[in-house]
Amino acid sequence: MATKKNNTLKLKFDSARKLAPAPESKSAAKIDPQYDLFINGKFEKPLSKKYFATINPATEEKLSVVAEANSSDVNKAVGAARNAYEKVWKKMPARERAKYIYRIARMVQERAREFAIIETLDGGKPIRESRDFDVPTAANHFFYYAGWADKLEYAFPNRNAVPMGVAGQIIPWNFPLLMAAWKIAPALATGNTVVLKPAETTPLTALKLAEIIQEADLPPGVVNIITGAGATGAAIVNHPDINKIAFTGSTEVGKIIQRAIAGTPKKATLELGGKAANIIFDDAPLDQAVEGVINGIFFNQGHVCCAGSRLYVQESVYKEVVRKLKDRIETLIVGDPIDKNTDIGAINSKAQLETINKYIRIGQQEGAEMHQSSCSVPGKGFFCRPTLFTNVAQSNRIAQEEIFGPVLAIQSFRTDDEVIEKANNSAYGLSAGVWTDKGSKIFNMTTKMRAGVVWANTFNKFDPTSPFGGYKESGYGREGGVHGLNAYVNIV
Amino acid sequence: MIATRMIPDFSAPVHIDQVGVEERASRFTKRSIKNESKLNGLMLALNMIDLTTLEGKDTDGKVKQLCYKAQHLHDAYPGLPTVAAICVYPSMVKTAKAALGNSGIKVASVATAFPSGQAPRDVKIRDTKYAVQNGADEIDMVISRGKFLQGEYNFVFDEIAAIKEACGPANGGARLKVILETGELVTYDKVRKASDIAMYAGADFIKTSTGKISPAATMPVTLVMLEAIRDFYYKTGKKIAMKPAGGISKAKAALHYLVMLNEVLGEEWMNNEWFRFGASSLANDILMQLMKQRTGVYQAANYFSID
Repeated sequence: MATKKNNTLKLKFDSARKLAPAPESKSAAKIDPQYDLFINGKFEKPLSKKYFATINPATEEKLSVVAEANSSDVNKAVGAARNAYEKVWKKMPARERAKYIYRIARMVQERAREFAIIETLDGGKPIRESRDFDVPTAANHFFYYAGWADKLEYAFPNRNAVPMGVAGQIIPWNFPLLMAAWKIAPALATGNTVVLKPAETTPLTALKLAEIIQEADLPPGVVNIITGAGATGAAIVNHPDINKIAFTGSTEVGKIIQRAIAGTPKKATLELGGKAANIIFDDAPLDQAVEGVINGIFFNQGHVCCAGSRLYVQESVYKEVVRKLKDRIETLIVGDPIDKNTDIGAINSKAQLETINKYIRIGQQEGAEMHQSSCSVPGKGFFCRPTLFTNVAQSNRIAQEEIFGPVLAIQSFRTDDEVIEKANNSAYGLSAGVWTDKGSKIFNMTTKMRAGVVWANTFNKFDPTSPFGGYKESGYGREGGVHGLNAYVNIV
Repeated sequence: MIATRMIPDFSAPVHIDQVGVEERASRFTKRSIKNESKLNGLMLALNMIDLTTLEGKDTDGKVKQLCYKAQHLHDAYPGLPTVAAICVYPSMVKTAKAALGNSGIKVASVATAFPSGQAPRDVKIRDTKYAVQNGADEIDMVISRGKFLQGEYNFVFDEIAAIKEACGPANGGARLKVILETGELVTYDKVRKASDIAMYAGADFIKTSTGKISPAATMPVTLVMLEAIRDFYYKTGKKIAMKPAGGISKAKAALHYLVMLNEVLGEEWMNNEWFRFGASSLANDILMQLMKQRTGVYQAANYFSID
């Protein structure tokens, strides 16, 4: 039998990446040339008189211009929300509130294709993900919280849960529509009104959602959606008539918000960064673990706060796992996100790509060994090859800091105690993953992980019924599930 | 043969996660295969078919017809490839061999008391030798599922090794396909273990099913077997071929299998030396799709010969 030396064996995957283009039709989604602010049920021109462009990160082409809300616009939006809260929304019977939320949920489903296309064009994520994950999960969130609206007495038995008032909500660019749903749905179900600001690089699906909210005939002012960058967000946070801040984004901005609201009666929930540990034991189903690790770090180009960006592999299977990972990233298709076969789309912005590239350089300078897919990337737009780092030390910056890109830092471990210590040795604590066939080990590990979500033999699974949130610098408060209602009520 | 020191302990547990395998397998079906990729894929799938008839009512005439079809899939579409092989019972091997002449199409014969495998080893060896002496290029054997499920892994291993020996010399003898009958093994853990036993015992191909038991080939089962082939290749340097059989009757499903093959084992496996479809009705569906690609309209099933 002709056997080659093992270290020369290599599978070839060039053809796996060369499929004929299969683009989703861009014309199935309507994008207006200009979007105004959605305040009090109407699209209104900004008092700031300023607009800014939003681009497609895969082509760097301008998609539309959106209004930039200044503090006067924020004041107007908060005023509309306050008025709607006092006069309409808090008085409305809960089952009537629920009908509106159900209506929004159904309309999101009806226009799912349009939402998916716009999400992909504006944000750079693969159409497969926006179609199969973002949009359906967003609709599910509305459905789920619509169901809670008239059942709050069961969520808080023998207590009286009352709405907080006006919620200021600031959401990130990685899951624009989904985060809007996560924020708006529980707020409305519990009887609050909303001023929501999407991220400046991805405002379009939130504005599409505003169109739906208008069509759904939600009472004016119950949901206001205003666009802008950091200054607009600061104006919301600092507005005296806001009762509650819900923020998802960076730990840095989360700290600014905490400082800003200190000493005020404003409540807050913060869902911040992460540096999740994925742990593979030697008795794990290795091929499925590898697939979970791939989804954990390369889902949405790694722009996921709970991304499994640190991998710990038990030493007896370390070589095999690394080999499987290297083979697997060769088959990931990097390219135009609107193509249905694309696995890894465009990095959301030029600034983010620069951050990721900076960390890739740091990793190499720190002495870690880099391995990237051999794929080519488009000449235009912001793209990054899937990247693995081996020979990583716990003290390396690529193992400590959130990169928010398709970069995985791999380390090996010997004992359970060692990996528990290393996994918890992080400023963050949003999520973790454990891979083993042994049930008792799963329970031991999950109780010892200092992380809000611990997945066992899977990763990045979301459901509206399941709470999500962090430990330590990953923030506080929970979104999703019954727990998500807590964040929007005062118990009296 | 694989050196004895390299043969693993088959009684050790294997770890396959059912949910994970099925999720991964369904991911391949999300690939959108268009235009030239579709055309190339369909042509390749056609060329990978083991055109099969395994009925008690098979006759010499039916086998001859099938052999003609194998060489002339659809003469209205010039330039089509032939199928890879004809798959028949041992009693039909001589007829098939004569009908195929020097077309290059292989004759595969099931053997070893197919499909149940419920016969003593000497009968299975005789069955195999009979097919080989009649000219079979490939032998599709079944494993003893009863023994396997009882944990008699050495028995299964030895039996496969004995049949491999009956196939003739390592170079020049018949290639051995080992049918695991995954529908009777039920769990993915067992499929993986049976794959490993077959490969270490000398299989040239591992094959999912006889086609007589439901479920036959599925994508998750095939994925587990392809991953077993990949791990075996990295351990030993020896390439093993794969044959999903039974239940794959649509061109679209065949394309999904090819996507999976391409992304698990890569392009070296993307030919009929290393991958086959065991199917009887798949060819006509692919032909229908090819004609649709060329003419823009679907033709009725009656325009394609049923042999």
